Amino acid sequence: MSLVETLSFTWPELVLAIGAMALLITGVFLGDKAAGRISMAAVGLLLLAAVLVFVSPAGAGEASLFDGAFEIDAFAKFCKVLVFGAAAFAILMSDRYLAGEKLGRFEYPVLIVLAAFGMSLMVSATDLISLYMGIETQSLALYILAAFNRDSHRSTEAGLKYFVLGALSSGLLLYGGSLVYGFTGSTSFAEIARVAAAVDNNIGLVFGLVFMISGLAFKVSAAPFHMWTPDVYEGAPTPVTAFFAAAPKLAAMALLTRTLSVSFPGVVGDWQPVIAMIAVASMAVGAFSAIAQTNIKRLMAYSSIGHMGYALVGLAAGTSQGVSSVLIYMAIYVAMTIGTFAVILMMRRRGGLTENIADLSGLSRTNMPMALIMTVLLFSLAGVPPTAGFFGKWFVFLAAVDAGMIWLAVVGVFASAISAFYYLRIVWYMWFDEPAPAFERDAGPTLTFAAWGSALLMFPILTVFVGPLADAAGRAAAALF
Amino acid sequence: MTESFASQPWLSIITFAPLIGAILIAVIRMGAKKTESGEIAPADLEQVEKNARWTALVISTAVFVFSVFVYAALYNPSIAGYQLVEQAKWIGGGIGYKMGVDGISILFVLLTTFFMPICVIASWNSIKSRVADYMIAFLVLETLMIGVFCALDLFLFYFFFEGSLIPMFLIIGVWGSKGTKEFAGFTMPSKVYAALKFFLYTLLGSLLLLIAMAWMYAKAGTTDIPTLQQFAFPAGAQKWLWLAFFASFAVKMPMWPVHTWLPDAHVQAPTAGSVVLAAILLKMGGYGFLRFSLPMFPIASADFSPLIFALSIIAIIYTSLVALAQEDMKKLIAYSSVAHMGFVTMGIFTGTKQGIEGGLFQMLSHGFISGALFLCVGVVYDRMHTREIAAYGGLVHRMPLYAFLFLFFTLGNVGLPGTSGFVGEILAMTGAFKVNSWIAFFAAFGVILSAAYALRLYRQVMYGDLTKEALMQIPDVNWREMAMLGVLMAFALYLGFNPGPALSVFAPAADLLIENYNAALAAGGVM
Repeated sequence: MSLVETLSFTWPELVLAIGAMALLITGVFLGDKAAGRISMAAVGLLLLAAVLVFVSPAGAGEASLFDGAFEIDAFAKFCKVLVFGAAAFAILMSDRYLAGEKLGRFEYPVLIVLAAFGMSLMVSATDLISLYMGIETQSLALYILAAFNRDSHRSTEAGLKYFVLGALSSGLLLYGGSLVYGFTGSTSFAEIARVAAAVDNNIGLVFGLVFMISGLAFKVSAAPFHMWTPDVYEGAPTPVTAFFAAAPKLAAMALLTRTLSVSFPGVVGDWQPVIAMIAVASMAVGAFSAIAQTNIKRLMAYSSIGHMGYALVGLAAGTSQGVSSVLIYMAIYVAMTIGTFAVILMMRRRGGLTENIADLSGLSRTNMPMALIMTVLLFSLAGVPPTAGFFGKWFVFLAAVDAGMIWLAVVGVFASAISAFYYLRIVWYMWFDEPAPAFERDAGPTLTFAAWGSALLMFPILTVFVGPLADAAGRAAAALF
Repeated sequence: MTESFASQPWLSIITFAPLIGAILIAVIRMGAKKTESGEIAPADLEQVEKNARWTALVISTAVFVFSVFVYAALYNPSIAGYQLVEQAKWIGGGIGYKMGVDGISILFVLLTTFFMPICVIASWNSIKSRVADYMIAFLVLETLMIGVFCALDLFLFYFFFEGSLIPMFLIIGVWGSKGTKEFAGFTMPSKVYAALKFFLYTLLGSLLLLIAMAWMYAKAGTTDIPTLQQFAFPAGAQKWLWLAFFASFAVKMPMWPVHTWLPDAHVQAPTAGSVVLAAILLKMGGYGFLRFSLPMFPIASADFSPLIFALSIIAIIYTSLVALAQEDMKKLIAYSSVAHMGFVTMGIFTGTKQGIEGGLFQMLSHGFISGALFLCVGVVYDRMHTREIAAYGGLVHRMPLYAFLFLFFTLGNVGLPGTSGFVGEILAMTGAFKVNSWIAFFAAFGVILSAAYALRLYRQVMYGDLTKEALMQIPDVNWREMAMLGVLMAFALYLGFNPGPALSVFAPAADLLIENYNAALAAGGVM
């Protein structure tokens, strides 16, 4: 394939990379007063990239690029569209907050675009080197974003914590990667898979594999590598937290899924129990630790750990159906997380954002639409029908049961019954308690749109049209097998 | 038999019409002026509340009338299989939207649509805060409850079954009674405690059903109920599946020992909430046993029937004794519900015609009678704002009409011949007698005990001298309460004197069920 042909498949990435540079230069010349316009341009770039995923000049083609370093397939496309969409929402939802906190700097949208670029590489990576490149591109942008409020102790602490632990996990990943390379003699996923399947004694490979899983589990914040999550979520500026909770999780989960399914299908029996244990630990941490939280951002951090656990249940199945269920789960998770954080960003009183769960008391009396949105989202997070969150749970448990891991599904349902408690607690505050002072009524168009859109997607849109989503995820998963 | 969604959407209309009513009320509510703090402005409040009440009443009555029309004109009670079937594509891969009714479910659909206008009327004046929200919650609940009885797809059934938790959770939590409760070091309002307990108990039970459903889907490739009923799962797997379904339905029913959420939920719920809970929500458990456990897992059902009998007998005797000791009227009736549901489970799992028809009849009759009893408690609660038995006494002197109605439903609860309660209990016991005379012997104690606690309640509330100062001016039932209770009394009497029509609706479906059940047992080598 000629270089021009190869590049014609990478239009979304090219648009993001070149666009981010251009915006950075523009920002340097125009200064922070152009932050608003640069944000809009960044959103435009992301949406353009999302469109180009499907209508690139190369057509809707699928190909392996750069000597098998990247793969453009249905799986990558599915994830890219979600990542770009989530990143665009993260920029849109931040405008008021950043202006209010005097953080309106032009670097913010540029960093998010760069992170999205990194994630786009991640979901396409089919080589250990490109995998690492994607992760680091993403992570470096995220470290800075976590510390974006540089005058705040909490934010800088969050950034530093994230950076130190992130570097450690990257080290684990690299070490694991080097073991795998040493064992198989290749960094390409396809080659690794071929060698791994051919050899009987693969203890060295499994060693490397476990290290790689540990490093990637850190990125998806699955227990027992979740320690950073609550602190970073709490310390980072809220729109940044909203971004962290959605797109990077999806990208890292997709990367983990692709790595395990494509390069290690021959040793399923070795990684399946590891993933299952991580899933169980994450679900347990998510279910129990969130109960005592009073800060809604910390609560969402533990909740996201739990959700990663459910998604990993699907991955642990090790089947095409399992991968498809991971994608369905993550798509629904990303959509409802964006909405939930939009509501959290609406929890604004004179003097800034409030983060206590108790501030939501009596919301159904003071602001019925907001309470309704949050209720739908919370029941969706809890996985109760008729909301879409229920379908996500159904597909992952179905995949686990189908693969003969009934015990894992049973653990999953117990965890979701326990975690239902803390979601219900917020519902209880909003509906049953006496009202706290009302929040500011005017939330701005973007937040309102994000919150309504997400809630309506959870019920009734996805309730009725979950079939097409499942079909798309099924096609995406089939690309890996 | 299989029809498309468009050619006969009757069940879908019945199911989703209340939802449209709820949306209408939401629109009314949104149109109202709001105060600075976000609540409806006092100027508009009265109008909004009035509109919400009338919309709810008109919609729920229209749904009832329409469902009666569908029953009378389109439903053929002599056919054994599913009727009015409609199908549409939904999730794909064997999970679809499929609705239909048969002799087992049609009367529960009617029971649901019948009780909704009653609930709206019962809440007319007794609900004073957030009336529009309340009516929305009830109409949404109605949609979900009808959906449970109409669903012919297991996934769809689960969808409605668990979805019905949400509105009920809000109804108990928002409009429940006052008071606080200590639990695990927390002090929380007791209505919140009750709502959470209700939600989490039922959720945990039904999540096990979810896993069983996933397994069945993985094996059979579909969640279509008629197909699954013919599927003949292997006997070893049936046990586990049966237990998973049992976990869900036993909590819902509720059976001893997982019944403890019910008294809390009943006590805290507003009157109409208790009525719906007793009259309809509890029936979902028994309905589930008949629709799923017995036809899909016949061998496991036969194997586990001794367990069911034991639990039923314990429920009948133990909860009756507990009812004897209650100080709270609603709690007493709640425990008596558990005892009466014991007859239902006992009857169903005998696998005999009398037992199954008796169980079904008992559910229907219990709907009318216990629903009416909760309404009766609501009548005095609205006046005195207490449910304590000790706070009353000698009401017969001030409220003769009320005393008469209450007596009728008390005797119906006891199972006096001539009331519908008698028919269900005697049939269920006949069925049990055929299987094992000891079961019937112990169950008969329940009848005696129910007379003891029900008449004790009646004596303490109604008889004696009217000494309490607060009761001196208590007015008798008004025309609104009279109408509700009168209609229920008419039904209870009609079913008691003439159970034939209802039984003949049950009969074809019950016969088919028993035929398949016995055939499956014979094939499995159990009999």
